[in-house]
Amino acid sequence: MELTTVWFILIAVLWIGYFFLEGFDFGVGILTKVLARNETERRVLINTIGPVWDGNEVWLLTAGGATFAAFPEWYATLFSGFYLPLLLILVALILRGVAFEYRAKRNDDAWKRNWEQAIFWGSLVPAFLWGVAFANIVRGVKIDSQKEYVGNLFDLLNPYALLGGLVTLVLFTFHGAVFVGLKTVGDIRVRANALAFKLGLATAVLALVFLVWTQADTGNGKSLAAMIVAVAALVAALGANRVGREGWAFVLSGVTIVAAVAMLFLTLFPNVMPSSIDSAYNLTTTNAASSPYTLKIMTCVAVIMTPVVLCYQGWTYWVFRKRIGTKNIPTTVPHGAG
Amino acid sequence: MDLALDPLDIARWQFGITTVYHFLFVPLTIGLSTLVACLQTAWYRTGKEHYLRATKFWGKLFLINFAMGLVTGIVQEFQFGMNWSDYSRFVGDVFGAPLAIEALVAFFLESTFLGLWIFGWEKLPKKLHLGAIWAAAIGTMLSAYFILAANSWMQHPTGYKLNPETGRAELTDFMAVLTQNTAVSAFAHVITAAFLTAGAFLIGISCWHLRKRNEVEVFRPSLRLGLWVAVVAGLGVAITGDFQGKIMYEQQPMKMASAEALWETSKPAPFSLFAIGDVNEGHNKVAIEIPGALSFLAKSDPNAELPGINDIQREMQEKYGPGDYRPNIPVTYWTFRFMIGFGMTSFAVGAIGLWLTRKKRELPTNKWIWRIGLWTIAFPLLGNSFGWIFTEMGRQPWVVFGVLKTEAAVSPSVSAGEVLTSLIVFTLLYGVLAVVEFGLLRRYVIAGPPEIEKEKPRGPEGPDGPDGTSGSDDDADRPLAFAY
Repeated sequence: MELTTVWFILIAVLWIGYFFLEGFDFGVGILTKVLARNETERRVLINTIGPVWDGNEVWLLTAGGATFAAFPEWYATLFSGFYLPLLLILVALILRGVAFEYRAKRNDDAWKRNWEQAIFWGSLVPAFLWGVAFANIVRGVKIDSQKEYVGNLFDLLNPYALLGGLVTLVLFTFHGAVFVGLKTVGDIRVRANALAFKLGLATAVLALVFLVWTQADTGNGKSLAAMIVAVAALVAALGANRVGREGWAFVLSGVTIVAAVAMLFLTLFPNVMPSSIDSAYNLTTTNAASSPYTLKIMTCVAVIMTPVVLCYQGWTYWVFRKRIGTKNIPTTVPHGAG
Repeated sequence: MDLALDPLDIARWQFGITTVYHFLFVPLTIGLSTLVACLQTAWYRTGKEHYLRATKFWGKLFLINFAMGLVTGIVQEFQFGMNWSDYSRFVGDVFGAPLAIEALVAFFLESTFLGLWIFGWEKLPKKLHLGAIWAAAIGTMLSAYFILAANSWMQHPTGYKLNPETGRAELTDFMAVLTQNTAVSAFAHVITAAFLTAGAFLIGISCWHLRKRNEVEVFRPSLRLGLWVAVVAGLGVAITGDFQGKIMYEQQPMKMASAEALWETSKPAPFSLFAIGDVNEGHNKVAIEIPGALSFLAKSDPNAELPGINDIQREMQEKYGPGDYRPNIPVTYWTFRFMIGFGMTSFAVGAIGLWLTRKKRELPTNKWIWRIGLWTIAFPLLGNSFGWIFTEMGRQPWVVFGVLKTEAAVSPSVSAGEVLTSLIVFTLLYGVLAVVEFGLLRRYVIAGPPEIEKEKPRGPEGPDGPDGTSGSDDDADRPLAFAY
């Protein structure tokens, strides 16, 4: 296989990993305002992702860095072209990251409420905008012969892309609710599972429209297969949720994300960023790629390091595998927070 | 208004602001993670409670700082593509690789193990928990290495060739990029500076408490640790800085000549203590100098000839065509001096402090000693910032020295309005976060080291226990040792 194809797949894997992992922690962040009824419940939710959200976010940094290294033209066109949405995503991620760390550092209601706003919006905005961004990549944007994006912000806010944003938003929230059902005990677990079912139904409707639209517009045989897997996994996740198999529900909501994102990448290949002006201007795995030497070095590093990273990150999930509930939240105010 | 809205200038301001801001937190993260790991190791080895209390106290401040370094780092990675897309296209083949490897090798290690450390108290076995902070500390240093290798390539491009077909720089020797002397000396200089920063942080905060004789048992050892670190790291900063200066004389003579406002080629060349120059005329109006000292610093020979700005400018015009190849000379000259000055001051505080607090001596009573101790926190932070401004602005007009000019690196498709929007958004956001972070650090500094609970009672306690009699041995209802 061509190294450029290998790197297309690896970058797809990084984004898939990112959306699988940060997908549920975005969902949990959104649910702090939807599901939690009081301070203790909000803390239960935040602490289900406390030890892991940061490691999840590194998938994004790795996807970004890998795109820079393997497909510099793609990185350059994408990041300069989607300027304002990316700016919003950055602001959201900054506020959200600080919020997790700082929220409980003062025992002051106004302080906590402010950071909770940051957690909610900081999770909701990227969950929506990543969908908008990827839908636009798949649909094609105005790229000229110089590989520059020549559209404007409103070109990015077309109905297809907005629907894509809605899909990721609801899908991630669903994935988050399923995760909360798996990671908590007591009343909040029951409510999370009930809400997950409703969110799953909403996801099913929206995602079906979006994926069928995608398949009709830009699909191929492989993407159709991925689409079928995504839809089947979503239906199965709903079933698992109904019969109380929370572990399976989480695996299946995860598979939904994996298959849906894989489908988008399958419709793209061999393009990485098609042009809506002229297909001759498409950025492809070959004209956007780095030199074979760079790709070879990167492949060596990835082959050695990825299993190591997966091992210790997986181990973290094992260490913090226990469910938590309102009883596990310390009632004493930590030293310094008072 | 045309000038004010040049996207190039705005993008440069944004890069400067976001990078200097990011680098306020980075060295503290690198240095403190290791020092906290040392304190925890001391506790693990000796079992002495004051080491544990020190670990928790400094650990908390470290985390408050780490959060800021982390979130501002995401901007750094995205910014290349957003504001400098032509740069990214041109160098991605070379520059992207260390960045991607940094994420894969260092960021994962840092963030995953820090999560384990934060939430792992009383959950992980003690040895494993100690391993977690060490792993995170190693991650911070690996991260520094890869990013400095990338930056060093901009200072001194090597291991690449220009591909005339694509018009891009392409990697030919990755090991040359990773191991060139520019990268190795920059790494040594930045790491020692990071420890100087962390040492000064320990000094300053310990002094604030010791002035009031608070928790002497915790803060006296912390102060001594900080002083030793400042002295050793301060020496290291000087030695590595000297080494790096010599390399820069080979690789970027214009930067170094500007750092000294050495207009004409001189043999021997003097070291400038103070100068007021005329950039247009190309000479100094006022200059106080030490004869021969610069020749000695640059070439280890007091009689060596060193090229001056005016001659280098002529040479560069011959080589690269017409244009002004001089950086902003007053900025380069003064930031170089401030960098060295603040670094040396931090070292001096360490050395004097060690003498004043030497064994069996009572703690000093003069309040000025403690005050200067507190101010010491700022010195390395300023030194670091001036150092980076010097290094980056001294390389101008190049973004990749001798290969790509900064003006050719900016995103052509991004409007001045867009860059201005992001400049304003980041500046406001960073400003607010600076106030929040400072307030939080202050609060936790004042609160002092936490008390250690002797025996953790098991089972439900307090008002949350639903049926207070049942849960005596039930682990599931135990409150978390740490929770957000």
